[in-house]
Amino acid sequence: MDFISILSIFVLACFVGYYVVWSVTPALHTPLMAVTNAISSVIIVGALIAAAESTDPMAKYLGLAGVVMASINIFGGFAVTQRMLAMYKKKEKKQ
Amino acid sequence: MSFDLLAAAADGLGGTPAWAMLAYLAAGVFFILALRGLSSPATSRAGNRNGMIGMAIALVTTLVTHDIANIVEIGIAIFLGAIVGVTIARKIAMTAMPELVAGFHSLVGLAAVVVGLAAWLNPGAFGILDAAGQILVVSRIELGLGIAIGAITFSGSVIAFLKLSGRMSGSPILLPARHIINLGTLAAILGLIAVYAMSGAGGPGEGMLIVWITLLAFAIGFLLIIPIGGADMPVVVSMLNSYSGWAAAAMGFTLGNTAMIITGALVGSSGAILSYIMCKAMNRSFISVIAGGFGAEDGAGGSGEPREQRPYKQGSADDAAFMLEQAEKVIVIPGYGMAVAQAQHALREMCDLLEEKGVEVKFAIHPVAGRMPGHMNVLLAEASVDYDKVFELEDINSEFATADVAFIIGANDVVNPAAKTDKSSPIYGMPVFDVDKAKQVFFIKRSMGGVGYAGVDNDVFYMDQTVMLLSDAKKMVEEIVKALD
Repeated sequence: MDFISILSIFVLACFVGYYVVWSVTPALHTPLMAVTNAISSVIIVGALIAAAESTDPMAKYLGLAGVVMASINIFGGFAVTQRMLAMYKKKEKKQ
Repeated sequence: MSFDLLAAAADGLGGTPAWAMLAYLAAGVFFILALRGLSSPATSRAGNRNGMIGMAIALVTTLVTHDIANIVEIGIAIFLGAIVGVTIARKIAMTAMPELVAGFHSLVGLAAVVVGLAAWLNPGAFGILDAAGQILVVSRIELGLGIAIGAITFSGSVIAFLKLSGRMSGSPILLPARHIINLGTLAAILGLIAVYAMSGAGGPGEGMLIVWITLLAFAIGFLLIIPIGGADMPVVVSMLNSYSGWAAAAMGFTLGNTAMIITGALVGSSGAILSYIMCKAMNRSFISVIAGGFGAEDGAGGSGEPREQRPYKQGSADDAAFMLEQAEKVIVIPGYGMAVAQAQHALREMCDLLEEKGVEVKFAIHPVAGRMPGHMNVLLAEASVDYDKVFELEDINSEFATADVAFIIGANDVVNPAAKTDKSSPIYGMPVFDVDKAKQVFFIKRSMGGVGYAGVDNDVFYMDQTVMLLSDAKKMVEEIVKALD
């Protein structure tokens, strides 16, 4: 893909982000931060590419370290978001 | 033209097949849906699942389209990360959510740095070489920016984590001439990136350029956050959230990966919007927060002159229980003090009892209550408070006029009328709850000594209709519960 196409996607995604995030209810701003944390770890794609190649051992180990860090974030981020969201309940009259 | 070169390189990017490009695009769409789901609690759980699906698509696509030489090692790395991540997510207390998020941000930042360094060491794997075997100029700029933003996110988040978790004092640390040092360092980083982009031949100095960019960016992240005080931490956490997004986007540019670019843009705007909301809720400008030092000059204003002793009324749990029972409508204003005292469960019990007696109970939440955006809502949700009863500042503020009791627990600055009237007050202009309009105010506070974050006295303590309940928040609420039973 050429630079202009990438830039177009980026600029449009910024606008999508702007409108989507304003529509997030303030009550869910903490889960929002947790889940954005998890999805920004999609950077694991870059770490995997580096880790997959054995031509440069240094790059490979940096990649593997990146995979560990991003995985902590992905699994931790989604799990903690799920835990938080499970607590937002409507009345079911307990006790 | 470098654009043509880039296009040529992209086609040869391990020959990324069209279906893989579409898969990454689909992952990006799922991430948008994940955030979209958060527009209401009812749809939020499905949203989170969409996020997981998007991530799974991105991961599988990457693994399938690359010749993986070390699948076992990669599997172990993912497994290790999963174990650590899930363990932390299960164990963490909801009160500690801000430091957890700061800690997670630091990992994204560091991951961006290592990916950037790996791409620089092994550009062939990332498909960013030109015909002559040099890293493309555009890619050099993207790499330099990605590494720098990642490094700032990392060291800044580490400081934010240390401050939020109390391992480091929350008070601002002010270096002399810090603005000059910071601006100089930023300029140096940008200058080095420019030199790196222009150094075509890849001489021996090139390696040192990347190392210096990384080191200086680590330093600036540290320098930027140490002067920022505890009260401004919600802004800092949101800001670092934004940076972690831009770091991911920069890496997405390097890889020409749509999933990364869309995510980076989403997360970047999300953090920026949250910072904006937090700044507005404190009536602070973003620049003044970043410049730091808020809460450091208290000695001059607040505690400099001995505070006069003004008369106030003190009440007991029985008084409060009696008045609360008689009320038709009670508005509870929780603040971070409630979370510190772990009073939220007792508070929910109290409100349940009141509702059984026919009292209407609502919760009013200020945008800056707690240590991060929406923190108080999570704490109330954890205590099984129905989210339909929890209201934002602008939605409930007009209702104080019809409320019989305003019940303030662990909040202070957000009910201070000085924000409306006293131009010399450090919190002037901050939107606050109009508790003075309620017929009766109960104010739970540990003692009359302490003042809020901003270090200013609060006229609400001394109003005719105010009764101070001086005690630990949890103990006081438990006593009220006993008296109500």
